[in-house]
Amino acid sequence: MRGPAEGHRSPQACDWPACAQKIVGHIEDSLCSTAVPQVTQALSVLTTAFGHCHGLWTQGLWVRLSPLVARLLEKDPVPASHSLVDLLLSVARSAPSSYRGLWETLAQTLSHLSPTQAGPLALGILKLQDCPQALRTQAFGILLQPLACVLEAAAQAPGPPGLLEGAAGNSMTVDTLLSSKSACVGLLCCALAHLGLLQPLPQRPSPWPQAPLLGAAVTILRLCSGSAAPTSDVGSRLCAILVGCGRVQRAALDFLGALSQGTGPQELVTQVFSVLLEYLVSPESSSMVLKKAFQATLRWLLSSPKTPGCCDLDPHTQLFLRELLPVLQKRLCSPCWEVRDSGLEFLTQMTRHWGGQAGFRQALLASEVPELTKQLLRDPESYVRASAVTATGQLSSWGLCATPAGHECPGAQQESLLVELLHILSTDSEGFPRRAVMQVFTEWLRDGHADVAEDAEQFVAGALQAASRDLDWEVRAQGLELALVFLEQLLGQRGSHCPYAVALPETAPPGVLAQALQVLCRVQLFEFAFRALFDCDRPVAQKSCDLLLFLRAKAAPCGSPQEAGDSPNVASVEATLQRWQAGEQGQPLGYLEPGAVVALLRSVDLEGLRDTLAESSDHVEKSPQSLLQDMLAAVGVLGENEADCY
Amino acid sequence: MKLYCLSGHPTLPCNVLKFKSTTIMLDCGLDMTSTLNFLPLPLVQSPRLSNLPGWSLKDGNAFLDKELKECSGHVFVDSVPEFCLPETELIDLSTVDVILISNYHCMMALPYITEHTGFTGTVYATEPSVQIGRLLMEELVNFIERVPKAQSASLWKNKDIQRLLPSPLKDAVEVSTWRRCYTMQEVNSALSKIQLVGYSQKIELFGAVQVTPLSSGYALGSSNWIIQSHYEKVSYVSGSSLLTTHPQPMDQASLKNSDVLILTGLTQIPTANPDSMVGEFCSNLSLTVRNGGNVLVPCYPSGVIYDLLECLYQYIDSAGLSSIPFYFISPVANSSLEFSQIFAEWLCHNKQTKVYLPEPPFPHAELIQTNKLKHYPSIHGDFSNDFRQPCVVFTGHPSLRFGDVVHFMELWGKSSLNTVIFTEPDFTYLEALAPYQPLAMKCIYCPIDTRLNFIQVSKLLKEVQPLHVVCPEQYTQPPPAQSHRIDLMIDCQPPAMSYRRAEVLALPFKRRYEKIEIMPELADSLVPMEIKPGVSLATVSAVLHTKDNKHILQPPPRPAQPTGGKKRKRASDDIPDCKVLKPLLSGSIPVEQFVQTLEKSTQHPPVPFLLEQHGFSDIKVEDTAKGHIVLLQEAETLIQIEEDSTHIICDNDEMLRVRLRDLVLKFLQKF
Repeated sequence: MRGPAEGHRSPQACDWPACAQKIVGHIEDSLCSTAVPQVTQALSVLTTAFGHCHGLWTQGLWVRLSPLVARLLEKDPVPASHSLVDLLLSVARSAPSSYRGLWETLAQTLSHLSPTQAGPLALGILKLQDCPQALRTQAFGILLQPLACVLEAAAQAPGPPGLLEGAAGNSMTVDTLLSSKSACVGLLCCALAHLGLLQPLPQRPSPWPQAPLLGAAVTILRLCSGSAAPTSDVGSRLCAILVGCGRVQRAALDFLGALSQGTGPQELVTQVFSVLLEYLVSPESSSMVLKKAFQATLRWLLSSPKTPGCCDLDPHTQLFLRELLPVLQKRLCSPCWEVRDSGLEFLTQMTRHWGGQAGFRQALLASEVPELTKQLLRDPESYVRASAVTATGQLSSWGLCATPAGHECPGAQQESLLVELLHILSTDSEGFPRRAVMQVFTEWLRDGHADVAEDAEQFVAGALQAASRDLDWEVRAQGLELALVFLEQLLGQRGSHCPYAVALPETAPPGVLAQALQVLCRVQLFEFAFRALFDCDRPVAQKSCDLLLFLRAKAAPCGSPQEAGDSPNVASVEATLQRWQAGEQGQPLGYLEPGAVVALLRSVDLEGLRDTLAESSDHVEKSPQSLLQDMLAAVGVLGENEADCY
Repeated sequence: MKLYCLSGHPTLPCNVLKFKSTTIMLDCGLDMTSTLNFLPLPLVQSPRLSNLPGWSLKDGNAFLDKELKECSGHVFVDSVPEFCLPETELIDLSTVDVILISNYHCMMALPYITEHTGFTGTVYATEPSVQIGRLLMEELVNFIERVPKAQSASLWKNKDIQRLLPSPLKDAVEVSTWRRCYTMQEVNSALSKIQLVGYSQKIELFGAVQVTPLSSGYALGSSNWIIQSHYEKVSYVSGSSLLTTHPQPMDQASLKNSDVLILTGLTQIPTANPDSMVGEFCSNLSLTVRNGGNVLVPCYPSGVIYDLLECLYQYIDSAGLSSIPFYFISPVANSSLEFSQIFAEWLCHNKQTKVYLPEPPFPHAELIQTNKLKHYPSIHGDFSNDFRQPCVVFTGHPSLRFGDVVHFMELWGKSSLNTVIFTEPDFTYLEALAPYQPLAMKCIYCPIDTRLNFIQVSKLLKEVQPLHVVCPEQYTQPPPAQSHRIDLMIDCQPPAMSYRRAEVLALPFKRRYEKIEIMPELADSLVPMEIKPGVSLATVSAVLHTKDNKHILQPPPRPAQPTGGKKRKRASDDIPDCKVLKPLLSGSIPVEQFVQTLEKSTQHPPVPFLLEQHGFSDIKVEDTAKGHIVLLQEAETLIQIEEDSTHIICDNDEMLRVRLRDLVLKFLQKF
């Protein structure tokens, strides 16, 4: 629909074209209908309209339809509440100031909808950039109400004002919470999820009630575990509903994790760690709940404050770690693979951040965690093996891998880990552990892991050889990543952050380059890269193409094309490459001279290949040409008016 | 109908139900927690236990130091362990007609009942219950008899002395009734009184009631029982499980429409999910063994151990524990492992199908074949040659007071590398460990109780909808330590009736009907009259013959021949219902019409010979709770009309009464 002619300030219905009037009339009828699907449909149409078009005519439409929308609120229950919320938010997000009475309608809707229905609307309102403060307060109150009720119900004695003085004790919310298990769980999960989403946003309400929210999250988790002992009647009933409820536990742990971004009084933080430990210890925690508990614990651990003037962990954290590691130990022995996996992921993350902290190192080395982690490299579940590979790799990077004597690892032990990982890379039947090994190797090489750096050449040669035979394309792609890191280390890429920035490359000094090429030839990187260039999996070929382009740019000054071209084996190599391209990859490339490599790099049309690879696999189907052909074919079947399809 | 509650233990019940003319004992569980007050019986001389100091009173009086020993602040009786029997005084147990056994754990007091109370009835139980029950009893007797103890302490039981003792001895109930373990001879004699039954088998008890065992899903051969007459049904639910473990699943449908449901044997650890506990068990076991420690699992020789071995079968390879030996030590270990494989018909469907492959239903057969699991009757003999550490040992008794477990506690207790994992929920693990303190070994409590929890009970009750629920008092309130957990109690409408030890409950339902058979020739003689569509009535004159709780209506003896002598004539007079009786009435009186008729009785005199032919003008009708009262004020007469009776109350006016009676009769049908 076109906008009204200029000069018309408020477009009247009579100005609209007949078809528009008919559509609006139909929407009006639908909004008044008693059939919910019809109302839903009308609201959806309006949501789309207000979401995509802003103009005077939408204002007119709003003026005309908003009374009908408001009338929906008079019904009990409000029909199509989801669609109504979508519509109101769609209007509010577009240009709220131009829609008269919108804020009032929003406020009215908030108060008419049930606590569960009003949640998404409240969140939407709070996300708006520009919105009256009163409405924001009302909306925030709606999100806080369920938590306020829980806090009030679980309070041992009337304490200081809780979460929200204004919102506490809302009887409708209490009724919803106690009406049935599903209603209670639904409302609490929504409230927790909405508040969790709101927490990191810059436009979140201020002041943000961090402490009461922490208290509420802890209380909910305690009600769910049965460790809370509410004295009130409502509290006992809530406890009976929530105890053992995995859904609420997961939502509350997510929310608790989100709250780690803020601070809280020490007493509450202690409670947070204690409830997290309770969940990590409890045999009743399901694998999903444990995963969330590990995630939340990690977030809280990483956000714990540093002791001023000391770079080590603060005493509270150290104390917590001492309690946590035996739990982690037990979890790593769980018969449930998901639990072992979450435990390993947690360990990896913790080590990544704290590998250098003396307190952490000491606690970890005193425990059996490193030894257990190493044993999990032989776990029957491939996901666990993969996580164990990543965790062991990380531990080893920080010199924390398992040793029989419990000391930090000497070289001999490290070597055996390397051999073990290489063994996994070449023999594991599942892709995940092999991918993890390649990632660990890449990381080790990038970080200059001491034992890798000792003989990087042999390390890279071994890894590439194993990766080149791998059937999993991600392992091969990761092999190229490793090759690229190796290249950068040889040829230097420190000037540019982007390894693929080939536009203005810094060429390597000829001496360095020649030496590097020799090394690359020795580790058979070119055989690996060229084989990958014709890989049947596009991402591998693309990655290889980028790598070779990068190398070619670096190798620009090395020798002239003639010299290289005269090399006797270039022709045979090119022939082999052509066969590879044709799909016959059985024949090896053989040992390549650096000169031949440079010549090859120049002779292969890498740019052309890159462009071809950049096209998506369905580019033919998606092209206008294809569309036209389809249309022509369709019309051809009909056998007439070929020209009309233009 | 009465219920005599002889045991206060909710999972080791012993109740007696008096129903119709029968006296039925429901289970006879033996409360073994009393043994926790005694010192352990070591298989091998234990210097530590024999050197424990005697206990003396605060004033230094040491007259009990031979009977009571002190260990880490706890006082124990140094004597042969004794058990707390069910009440024997509440009801004369010789009057018990039958004993119904629901599972092998709930029959451990059987020898005490059948051998020492004058019991002459029959015991009904399934075959696995009997066989495994026998194993449990055999093990118990063996554990106690092989460590003969000369001393028998009885002084401390004196009420005046007991008062002076520290807790828990001071609070132990009915210590005078505690008894030593029975003998194998008594076990054999008790078991010989058992009659084997199969699921859904209907057993007639004296023609009065029928009892039927149903699968309860808790253990091999475990049953719930239906006790029913023609019009009443009592369900006895004891030790049931809805989890998929090895036994046949629970039959819930047959429990529907019960008048009374007696609910016992719920999980003892409602907050512990069995699956989580199995996970915890495996994790701790693995952690200990990986560190070079030994694991001790105090357990019964049957039941959860089958499931644990199955879990370990799946777990040990993946956890890298294949080289660790698993030992199962019990005098009945071999029989238990073998019995479990032959009760195919009592197993869950999955295990039953294995039998036809043919494969052993339980994977412990494979563990034995591959030498991963080895079983021995005792620590003596072959075991001492094969013993290799680190290892995992399953052995009894879970109370830690007798059996091979005592030896392992003494052997491994000093090292923190070792772990004892409690999986049986019957004993409080801290109390079980008390005589071994101070203890360095790790203790893990993973009680695996697969019996119904309160959520499952709540669903079950909604499903089967009994009119009344009767249960131990412990189930009607939250656990004392968690008084806010209202989810840990039975929630049903009407509220469950609770019982406690030594209480007699009058069950809240009355028997209203009895089935009576009618002889064919008598039936032939009946002449039914249809009083309304679909309903016909007939009068019957017959003799009610009752024998063996069966009631039969027989035709009355033929009347004596008129030619007969005086004697005979008199005899025929005695025959009931032979006189011509007033007709039977049916129907109801429409009050409005009745009143109209009273008013109009002049025009239509109901009875031609009435002297007064005028109608009543001062009629007043009052509604009452049961019907109506029609008041004829002038005549000072009341007509009380109720659902099943009508009374005419008038003073000294027989004529009026008869007139009114005939008016009433006009509205009723006669036959």
